[in-house]
Amino acid sequence: MKILVCISQIPDTTTKVKFTSDYTKLDTSGIQWVINPWDELSLTRALEIKDNPLSKIESVTVAHVGLVGTEPTIRKALAIGADDAIRINADPKDAFYVAAQLAEVIKQQPYDIILCGIESGDYNGSTVGGMLSEFLSIPSVSAVSELNIENGIIRLTRQIDGGKEILEITSPFVAVVQKGIAKEPRIASMRGIMTARTKSLKVIEPVEIAPMTEILGFELPKPRPACKYIDPEKPGQLIELLQNEAKII
Amino acid sequence: MAVLVFAENWDGNFKKLSFELLSYASRIAEMLNTTTVALSIGKVDRSQLENLGNYGVNKIIHISNELLSNLDNKVYTEVIADIAGKENCSVIILSNNNTGKAIAPRLSVLLKAGMGSGVSKLPLSIDPFTVYKKVFSGNAFARVVLKSEIKILTLAQNSFEIIEKNNNPTIDNIIVQPASEITTQIKEVQKQTGKILLTDADIVVSGGRGMKSPDNWGPLVELAGLLNGATACSRPVSDEGWRSHEEHTGQTGKIIAPNLYIAIGISGATQHLAGVSSSKYIVAINTDKDAPIFEAAQYGIVGDALKILPKLVEAVKEIKGK
Repeated sequence: MKILVCISQIPDTTTKVKFTSDYTKLDTSGIQWVINPWDELSLTRALEIKDNPLSKIESVTVAHVGLVGTEPTIRKALAIGADDAIRINADPKDAFYVAAQLAEVIKQQPYDIILCGIESGDYNGSTVGGMLSEFLSIPSVSAVSELNIENGIIRLTRQIDGGKEILEITSPFVAVVQKGIAKEPRIASMRGIMTARTKSLKVIEPVEIAPMTEILGFELPKPRPACKYIDPEKPGQLIELLQNEAKII
Repeated sequence: MAVLVFAENWDGNFKKLSFELLSYASRIAEMLNTTTVALSIGKVDRSQLENLGNYGVNKIIHISNELLSNLDNKVYTEVIADIAGKENCSVIILSNNNTGKAIAPRLSVLLKAGMGSGVSKLPLSIDPFTVYKKVFSGNAFARVVLKSEIKILTLAQNSFEIIEKNNNPTIDNIIVQPASEITTQIKEVQKQTGKILLTDADIVVSGGRGMKSPDNWGPLVELAGLLNGATACSRPVSDEGWRSHEEHTGQTGKIIAPNLYIAIGISGATQHLAGVSSSKYIVAINTDKDAPIFEAAQYGIVGDALKILPKLVEAVKEIKGK
């Protein structure tokens, strides 16, 4: 079986988000780009599964939609341990566009298990994985916090409100993964970084697809009113303020 | 051109989230000068369905197939798309919870519909159809135009007030024949019972590393109980195993939007704030007066959480006793 992990890159979560002066685009100057944390965990889990010979995973491939400037992020995924990579040479216009591009590639070269992170830390859409499964007309499971393959049986744990469900599914499918799928993201070893340079990174030209959405502009959140401090010796005053001023308890 | 709203049920019951969603959908229908159709899938009692009628919908469709009681993303998508077509719906609204996130993107592709995910307000305009949503994990908001004929929205939890209005809706009970087979087999279900769910709670009391040890959680849990709230924690606390991972709120944990979030011994790193920044009120209790949590908070106490907590418990007991 072959695993495909779809990755996106986002500004490092500690980067201060800035926009161009007309607030229509992200100001990318000074941004540190990282692999989207959920995608990184998906990749980690894919590699953990492949490490177990009983899972019979032949390869773990990463796919990414982005222009040439995003290649360092893809090389990082290869350094962590992916066997090969695909870059679809396009500016990711919206989630629909990205999912459609990925679907075109997968239709040419099928994979058994496709992993997508539940959300990207930039546009917070939670959409690409689900869209991809529908483009491919294959099953999908969302909010996946565990994935195991034993004796050819694929078991997933899905988070539901107030609990979890354990499911079985047959490939091919898309798993949209969240916290829990892997404990800590795997870190590239020195050997990994050396070999990443020689691993295959295939560049595929995009197909013509019109995006469904367009961002008109951004706004920064309104600053919250200054914090009102309460005397640590009289914490009861806090309860009184919550009851009589904020009126929420 | 009606508005379709997917009303998820939890073991046959609806909850606050459903009513927010219905109220929201009905307001959009008013903006579009059309009607609202609520769709419920899986077995639900008539009294529950009738209750949906209190939130402005004009028609309720109940698909009562026993087989569809469990979520199967592919089959649910096909069933909802089919109803949307029959009812001539131009806007489809789901919650931005696990179920909505599982189905809405599939619907978007099947119906070639633009999607606004996690919207937190009514559309800013109808033509062009412009929605407002959080981006960069709460560090910014975006105005997004959906350019397609059909639009799909998922509504962020606790972002819209419930509006009661009864339009005496009809209730149609139907059985459908799904086009595809069920693709996922559920083997086991584990659910917590009797506790207020973190994602449903109006009040959340949350502890961080400043709680010092897992043994110190007693008064925090008591405070949450007295306030009818849920307990939560920061990532280091769940990583240390002091509290369950289910309680981790933050960018990679649960994203919540309660009316009141009380952060005790939590410094408020960006990743933590990303999970709680939509809370209406934030209270911070921390020994470090420079902790970033105080920038996000409306009320703060600089001091030792372990000394302050028991006093808060006493103060709440006093007002609750009155």
